[in-house]
Amino acid sequence: MSVETPATYSNEVDRPFPPIAWLSSAALGVVIVGGILMASYAPRRAPLGIAEGLLVAGLVLLGAAAFLLFRLRDFAWRTFTTVFKWALLAYVITAGMIEFAFVRDHTRGTSLVVVTLMLVVFALSVPLTIGFTVARFAQPD
Amino acid sequence: MTDRIDVKAVPSHHGPAPDRPKIQVVPLRGLPVAALAVVFVVVAIAGNWKWALMFSHVVGGGLWTGIDLFVGFIVGPILGRLSIPARAEFSARFMPKMVIIMPTVVMMTLATGFQIARKLGNLAVASPNHPWLIFSFCVVGIMAVVALGILEPANIAVLYEMNKPVPNGERIGRLMKRFIYTSGITGLMQIATLVIMTRVATQ
Repeated sequence: MSVETPATYSNEVDRPFPPIAWLSSAALGVVIVGGILMASYAPRRAPLGIAEGLLVAGLVLLGAAAFLLFRLRDFAWRTFTTVFKWALLAYVITAGMIEFAFVRDHTRGTSLVVVTLMLVVFALSVPLTIGFTVARFAQPD
Repeated sequence: MTDRIDVKAVPSHHGPAPDRPKIQVVPLRGLPVAALAVVFVVVAIAGNWKWALMFSHVVGGGLWTGIDLFVGFIVGPILGRLSIPARAEFSARFMPKMVIIMPTVVMMTLATGFQIARKLGNLAVASPNHPWLIFSFCVVGIMAVVALGILEPANIAVLYEMNKPVPNGERIGRLMKRFIYTSGITGLMQIATLVIMTRVATQ
């Protein structure tokens, strides 16, 4: 699916876009639910089936958002990249802090893999939402 | 964040762009303070340092709840009654600071809160505080989705829009409505947090 956009840019008109921010925010919501599940069982082992299901749902939603994003034409990619990379730096630090806390609390094995992948979804989804929300209103490259 | 700031502030217009100072979206002077807070929290967790964990949690949580409630229910309504240029002027100076302050206090609160709960045995199923902590996780989860998925992107998009030579005032107003729509949810969650934390501390 590609999005038809006007050839000339006007800051007074909002162009239509696919629901990229909604998808990436939904991915964030799903991994947050997964994180709550994992944390609520600590220090015991959380039921990994549900956590893995939530992780897969988060990855699918984030993947769908990324897929729709990369198919966009006439998009402000420079603005997106600038915002995305700085937001990514901030959220990698935040995700790193959470990962550090889980490792410090002796989370190991499959549980640690699930938590790490959830944090990857977290660290990518927020910058993607911010970058897209800013760039959709910017002048296309 | 419940910053209820309605900035229908910068009207769209044609003609030459007015000479306005650029807004610094992320105030660089605030970054060393945020970095210091991160280092302090890492040291507290790594060293399992009870006082530092409690200090970070109480300072971060107090600021988080206080700022949310104060901005949402005191500053927001006042701002709504100011003139449009006054609102724009205030928001241009206030919102970049929130970009630094809020993630820092949230990180301080959550990272240390979990460690304190573990250290005090509140995460054990047998603990009377366990259900309250699960409730607290849910409250924080809702606030995180609202803040990270809805408010922060809108906040940064508004600052970028205000930096354009000819900002779209209608768009700024529309983005800022997100703050109004979500302030009730966040306010309710913060009051729930106060109830939960005082219950946990007194059981």
